[in-house]
Amino acid sequence: MEDKKLSSLIQLVGIYKHFGGVSALEDINFEVGSNEVVGLIGDNGAGKSTMIKVIMGVHRADKGKICFKGEEVKNWSVEKARKCGVETVYQEKALGEKQTVWSNIFMGRELSNRFGFLKIKKAKEETDRIMKDYIGFTSKAITPDSFVNTMSGGEQQGVAIARALYFNAELIILDEPTTALSLSETKKVLDFIKKIKENGRSAIMISHSIYQLYPVSDRFVILDRGKIVGEFKKEEISLDGLVEEMYRIATTGHLSKKS
Amino acid sequence: MLKSNNLMNSSWINSARRYRIQLSVSGVLVVLFSIFIIGRPGVFLSYDIYYAFMSTIPFTAIPALALTLVIVTGEIDLSFPSAMGMGGLVFSYVFLATKNIYIAIVACLITGLIIGALNGFLVTKVRIPSLVATIGTMYLWRGVIMVLCSGRGIPLVSTRNTFLFQALVGRLPWKKIPMQVVWFIVIAIFLWVLLNRHKFGSHVYHLGDNINSARMMGINVNRVKLFVFMQMGVFAAFAGVLASLEVTYFWPTLGSGYLMKAIAAVFVGGTSVVGGVGTLFGTCIGVIIVGCLEAGIIAMGMTGFWTQLVYGLIIIISLSAYSFLRREK
Ligand SMILES: Nc1ncnc2c1ncn2[C@@H]1O[C@H](COP(=O)(O)OP(=O)(O)O)[C@@H](O)[C@H]1O
Ligand SMILES: [Mg+2]
Repeated sequence: MEDKKLSSLIQLVGIYKHFGGVSALEDINFEVGSNEVVGLIGDNGAGKSTMIKVIMGVHRADKGKICFKGEEVKNWSVEKARKCGVETVYQEKALGEKQTVWSNIFMGRELSNRFGFLKIKKAKEETDRIMKDYIGFTSKAITPDSFVNTMSGGEQQGVAIARALYFNAELIILDEPTTALSLSETKKVLDFIKKIKENGRSAIMISHSIYQLYPVSDRFVILDRGKIVGEFKKEEISLDGLVEEMYRIATTGHLSKKS
Repeated sequence: MLKSNNLMNSSWINSARRYRIQLSVSGVLVVLFSIFIIGRPGVFLSYDIYYAFMSTIPFTAIPALALTLVIVTGEIDLSFPSAMGMGGLVFSYVFLATKNIYIAIVACLITGLIIGALNGFLVTKVRIPSLVATIGTMYLWRGVIMVLCSGRGIPLVSTRNTFLFQALVGRLPWKKIPMQVVWFIVIAIFLWVLLNRHKFGSHVYHLGDNINSARMMGINVNRVKLFVFMQMGVFAAFAGVLASLEVTYFWPTLGSGYLMKAIAAVFVGGTSVVGGVGTLFGTCIGVIIVGCLEAGIIAMGMTGFWTQLVYGLIIIISLSAYSFLRREK
């Protein structure tokens, strides 16, 4: 693990993405190293979620390339991202709310035999296990057969997080995972990120709260109106310094020093 | 441990809640038949009326089953009656040309597949909403039928002596059960397994529930939609052949009578218009309700003019009930 520490896991090179007339990403050069937690910061509409969806292969970039462990991967897609061990907890949670918990956990990669027939019993057992082990769901009211729309926002977020953790991802991306959560649930999520780091894996965490991001991240990337406007290693900047930079970007549009 | 406890304690209540839509649609069926039986025991306790139901309902039921999958994905297919017509037409032409009923049925199924694929293409690639895309293809294929046969029917009497005819619409030795019922059951089981025991079905539900979630979780949503429209085309074409073989005659408006009945059956069966929810069991019950209503109303001594009114009431009442049941979690 140690020698991998500096090597690149996923890299975006010169990525552009626009929606109709809106330019959501412009010339993005971004990298996550092995065993690194990157905090991604930026105002609403800065392009954070779009960048995540490009990394996940949900959106295809207009221009630019994506490299996995230093090698360019052509025709990047959700399947390829997953094969490379990238998992995301989307801001929108990406759950089917009228479906059961177990069917959501395995959505898009159902446990099945080689003819595609579902292993439902196994899926439910696994769901039961990961809900307890990863999320600490012990509520009797929630079973693998529960429908997601009968659960609270925090519990739904728990399902989305459990799903991302279950598949032993090398890189876990969390897009504003704490917005719907209570204080204790938020703490749980932050503990997960620490655990991800301890297990030698990587994470990208997006949050509005720099106070949440700062303790868990190794590096901070600031996105503003589709561009990366700043990057700091944790050693380079204090929490107060980071808050100050964010404030400066919000008011003047640029950092105090060019980085 | 915890889980089994859970299941023990509240399994009854949970199942009742889980299957409340299916229970209520079954309830409607029971009430309806109670009324029929009490009202006209002579008619509704004899085998004859059920024999009549079994000969005719499968022609609505088979498309309704396939349509359930379409509606669960959040789409609609209004062109399936024309696919039924095209299926019947291609079958008739190929049969008359080759005298081989096997080639004819294969040609008919391929026709259905192509019709479904065109719908799927228009919806997924050209991105026309299925409601309007399939209005277009409904007219298109009906137009093709009209042009090809100049509005005239085709007698199919010469199919009668073939084995396949007996296998498709013959009568079983026991109780003279019509073969189309057997086909209906086989297709119902096949689609049920596909929808509930295969990952394809899981994709269908997730796609209808939230297409963006499905896409983000790596489901190939366009391919799933394409398959769903294609199976609709195939089963509609097949039902078209059954319907024309039953009367050994192809008529150019074949299929159009089934549009509203099949759609009504799916919705009465508890499938949600917005997608993501629905069961084939519900559709089976729905199709029996819709299929028996007309005969029931007439047998009860009301005139045929009442049928539409009662259809309307049943649809509105059941949809209101489901809307209410879904709100209460
Ligand atoms: N699917 C989409 N279609 C059109 N515009 C989009 C889409 N997704 C994002 N955008 C636009 O791209 C910009 C960046 O959005 P987003 O990545 O969600 O920002 P953030 O996550 O940083 O709040 C916004 O202007 C948003 O309106
Ligand atoms: Mg966002």
